[in-house]
Amino acid sequence: MAVTLAQAINQALKDAMSDDERVLMFGEDVGRLGGVFRVTDGLQEMFGEGRCYDTPLAESGIVGTAIGLAMYGYRPIAEMQFDGFTYPAFEQIVSHLAKMPNRSRGTVKLPVTIRIPYGGGIGAVEHHSESPESYWVHTQGLKVLTPGTPEDGYSMMRAAISSDDPVVFLEPKRRYWMKSDVELPVETEPATQAVVRREGTDASLFCYGPMVRTALEAADAAADEGWYLEVVDLRSLAPLDTPAILASVQRTGRAIVVHEASRTLGMGAEVAARIQEGAFYHLEAPVLRATGFDTPYPPAKLEEYWLPDVDRILDCLERSLSY
Amino acid sequence: MGRTVTGVDSSDEGPPGDPHGWLPPDEPVSLLDPDGSYHEDPEHPLDLDDEQLRELYRLMVVTRKVDREAINLQRQGQLGVYASCLGQEAAQVASAYALGADDWIFPSYRELGAALVRQVDAAGLLHLYRGTWLSDHDPYAHNFALMSIPIGTQALHATGFAMGAKLDGASIVTLTYYGDGGTSEGDPHEAMTFAGVNDAPVVFFVQNNQYAISVPLDRQTAAPTLAHKAIGYGMPGLRCDGNDVLGTYAVTRRAVERARRGEGPAFIEAMTYRMEAHTTSDDPTRYRTKEEREEAAKTDPIARMKNFLTARDLYDDELEREIDEQAQELATYVRDGIYDADHGDPMELFEHVYVEPEGHFEDQAAQLRAELDSAGEGS
Repeated sequence: MAVTLAQAINQALKDAMSDDERVLMFGEDVGRLGGVFRVTDGLQEMFGEGRCYDTPLAESGIVGTAIGLAMYGYRPIAEMQFDGFTYPAFEQIVSHLAKMPNRSRGTVKLPVTIRIPYGGGIGAVEHHSESPESYWVHTQGLKVLTPGTPEDGYSMMRAAISSDDPVVFLEPKRRYWMKSDVELPVETEPATQAVVRREGTDASLFCYGPMVRTALEAADAAADEGWYLEVVDLRSLAPLDTPAILASVQRTGRAIVVHEASRTLGMGAEVAARIQEGAFYHLEAPVLRATGFDTPYPPAKLEEYWLPDVDRILDCLERSLSY
Repeated sequence: MGRTVTGVDSSDEGPPGDPHGWLPPDEPVSLLDPDGSYHEDPEHPLDLDDEQLRELYRLMVVTRKVDREAINLQRQGQLGVYASCLGQEAAQVASAYALGADDWIFPSYRELGAALVRQVDAAGLLHLYRGTWLSDHDPYAHNFALMSIPIGTQALHATGFAMGAKLDGASIVTLTYYGDGGTSEGDPHEAMTFAGVNDAPVVFFVQNNQYAISVPLDRQTAAPTLAHKAIGYGMPGLRCDGNDVLGTYAVTRRAVERARRGEGPAFIEAMTYRMEAHTTSDDPTRYRTKEEREEAAKTDPIARMKNFLTARDLYDDELEREIDEQAQELATYVRDGIYDADHGDPMELFEHVYVEPEGHFEDQAAQLRAELDSAGEGS
């Protein structure tokens, strides 16, 4: 049955809320409207206004009350409506959600999931297309997950809700309507493991979230030229599955990291560092990065020039092969 | 007749323009004058027996003694820093005392008095300030959340917790402390918004001690009083003399019981004065005069309660001795617990970051282990 990423996440929320009455879903417009992307569609109807509710328009309040609810014993899922509107909640996420379990010597657990639609490619107005993952990955105490397929949208969301650790769950909004033929529920690989989406021999593409499909398209194009790319979907950005990354590089000898986020201190920097620390002698070429530029996210009419695409990835491949 | 109290009870009605009676009274509620003379207020009858009156006094004296001990420990290099509650004993003790056993407190970092009401291990609290760890008490054992340093952020945790209690049908009220400076931050604003919209059983208790480090109240707000802000969030704004332990108790009690009845949150502005520096690192002579402090000292919360008890024949030398001994005992316990207290195994740095660490820092933990081993340290 054809299921979109948005439908898969929606089903995961429904199933989690059915299985455990401590699971709550709240945020801006998630109730009656069902969310601006309809990811929470039907939840309020099924579970009532107590368990799926609209909050005031205040992101710090959403995350801060989620912390209080979790301290009480609930398992809150909080939606940030868009990536660019998570910043008001930054302090609650960084200073409390991520730190309180450690501060409390483990006596306080905060099983909170923060859902954030992220990334560009949908022609949106400013502040609606950002890729803030480095902020969360750099915040110790969080797990950061991002699905690249509808199957993972379901399975990884269930894992996030089940986790006793706080999870930032980044949903690639341009892929909300991407379909897979799958029966739900589905359980994919453990959420903190990277997965090889396509095996290859000439170079490894490390990607996640919205770039998984782009990387697969690049691998298709490269195959037409006789180059076989391995596509590794990182899935979990914190923790990062270093053994899987190194294993792939050991097979191919070349690595290209692909992400929408700006290059400097993006995930590519960390992946490259780990590769050169752990697989130095396997490298045939420097680790390269096909990413967004170090400029603010562009206006909609210019985003095709900014976002990494098949051509930018193949350009990196060409450079890598030239060593 | 002047309005002395606002819409704390569901039956109350206010004047035109304030139909719910949510605007604060002209004067803070006060039952004990600075000289200890008591005046009755029909809206705030004294529902405390003699033992409870003595208990409030005892808690204030013990708080002051332990607070002094903490300052001394800092002066001796045993604490990195300490934020004293000198002068604010009544505000803290009375408000915490007004809660039920199942109710929760979400403190800032200055609430030693409230912590002692909850019998939180006072030496444990000070580990935050010594730097041996970031806390040392189980919040669930005392219904007392961890001390929170980022200003006002805990107001949201109190609100979320109260929303949870309400959803769960539990008879639990939460009370959160912050200061006059905290009212300028965004999180208490969002917390009051959420609390109002959700009718959450939470009491926002502001100790208006006149200064946010060096910045006086008139640089924080142009509102007539902090309590005037409450009506904007749909809750009553109450005021009390925070140095009057009985008045503060009575006002808090009503707010707590109102919340417990399901009538929603309330905001209390307790007027007090921070007699000490902001923290031991601060130098208040740079921003306030000796005369001002001397004037404030005349409103001391402990002296007036002692006069009250004496006038009621509830105070004698024996009680004084008994309380002094208890205070000294706890101060000694704190000193023994903190003095030269060592940090735990450095490997604990990795222990509580995640419930399920999954390769987050295995190699880094191994690195520290190796560094400890080569230095001959650790366990």
